[in-house]
Amino acid sequence: MLPVRIIPCLDVRDGRVVKGVRFRGLTDQGDPAALARAYEEQGADEVVVLDVTATPEGRGTRRDTVAAVRTRLSVPLTVGGGIGGVGDAAALLEAGADKVAVNTAALRRPELLTELAARYGSQCVVVSIDALRTVGGRVGGDDGERAAQWRNGPPPVGGRARQPRYEVVVRSGTERLARDAIAWAREAVDRGAGEILLTSIDRDGTRSGYELSLLRAVRSAVRVPIVASGGADSPGHMAEAVCAGADAVLAASIFHQGNWTVRAVKEALAVLGVAVRPDYQEARTP
Amino acid sequence: MTSVAPAVAVVRTSTANLASVLTGLERLGCRVRTTADPGEVAVADRVVLPGVGAFAAAQRAIAAHGLADSLRERIERGRPTLGICLGMQLMALGSEEAPGVPGLGVLDGVVESYEPGEEGWRVPQMGWNLVTPDDGCGIVPRGHAYFANSYRLAAAPEGWLPVWSEYAGRFVAAVERGPVVGCQFHPELSGEYGRALLGRWLEA
Repeated sequence: MLPVRIIPCLDVRDGRVVKGVRFRGLTDQGDPAALARAYEEQGADEVVVLDVTATPEGRGTRRDTVAAVRTRLSVPLTVGGGIGGVGDAAALLEAGADKVAVNTAALRRPELLTELAARYGSQCVVVSIDALRTVGGRVGGDDGERAAQWRNGPPPVGGRARQPRYEVVVRSGTERLARDAIAWAREAVDRGAGEILLTSIDRDGTRSGYELSLLRAVRSAVRVPIVASGGADSPGHMAEAVCAGADAVLAASIFHQGNWTVRAVKEALAVLGVAVRPDYQEARTP
Repeated sequence: MTSVAPAVAVVRTSTANLASVLTGLERLGCRVRTTADPGEVAVADRVVLPGVGAFAAAQRAIAAHGLADSLRERIERGRPTLGICLGMQLMALGSEEAPGVPGLGVLDGVVESYEPGEEGWRVPQMGWNLVTPDDGCGIVPRGHAYFANSYRLAAAPEGWLPVWSEYAGRFVAAVERGPVVGCQFHPELSGEYGRALLGRWLEA
């Protein structure tokens, strides 16, 4: 196994980094290029830029933001948001992206993943999946709630503890599709995606930890790398995600708001027994 | 470092992530230009053959521009040349990714896919892996470099100094022969480590 990748995520709108809770109530967090550079210096293994308003407003991701980040960044850059076809992806790669993350357009036309993989190789093609948890057909429900069902005695004879299901949502979480997220993950990989950026919309911005049962379910379905996203508040959450099958952990709020530096996260993970990439300069000193 | 900024020609194969390569070299003070002209590739002081893409598509682009002979000749003559990721794979005889499509053939080996076998190994390999040069390597240092690949060279090609890494078994992370270097990883995406490597290549 490779060292777990720590990936700060820059949600960008109108050339500025923003952050909300469950994709709503966005507030300004700073300049994307300056933040990207700062995170690289802290030891970020990769950076993700998502144009969070690209699809709802029908715009392409702003190429100038990507170009500005690229000039400052010398670790990999994944860009997503508003990629409708091969032409959009080509423009972003030309502007400085190393990988493109496709979401809505791939659901509408899954062949797009195959076309991108044929031209750029699947290691360049990320499928971004936003998943909504439902229990017994109802949105939400956490594991605590399931435990509460048992507190009043076991479920009725013939019944069983209800397992969560995950439904795909699109357009930055504004639209539900009656589609199973695990099945979509499997199909996307079959069609050419080389990585899954897996976001729990229930956990996004809540700092309540990653949605572990979602990670486990997707891990058992595919063999490409999985980037866990949504809910990180601590290195402990990241270690949990790695145990659940994540190869990389993405976080935004905890880095933007200065609760943790990437370096501090890596030091804490190392203490927890999770392998991280050492600092190059440090590694060279005997 | 020489007082004159080194000039680097980056081969345009239409599929590569050019911007990352160009900005990586510019950050080190290079004068960079892109080219698909065989004459320019033949005479340029330094040439980079970059690589994000599919083997067959990139090889088609090289053939369409008539670049194969220029690249092969400058490598055979030991002129400073750097193949990155797919760019290194294109230096081999061919690849399992595109059966029947010949590579440049300067590396005596065929690029193979990772065995689907062992539990826990994701394909593609995506992330930072430790690379370790054999004695005598002068350009590729020991350290963590960024990989994004589904195929790799498993055995060291005859006549080249190998740099090794491990991913579901040992594989060739890079090869060196004087100022000619092929890297399976991406120095332009490997932060401080990559800057050190590119800096050494520019002085070689």
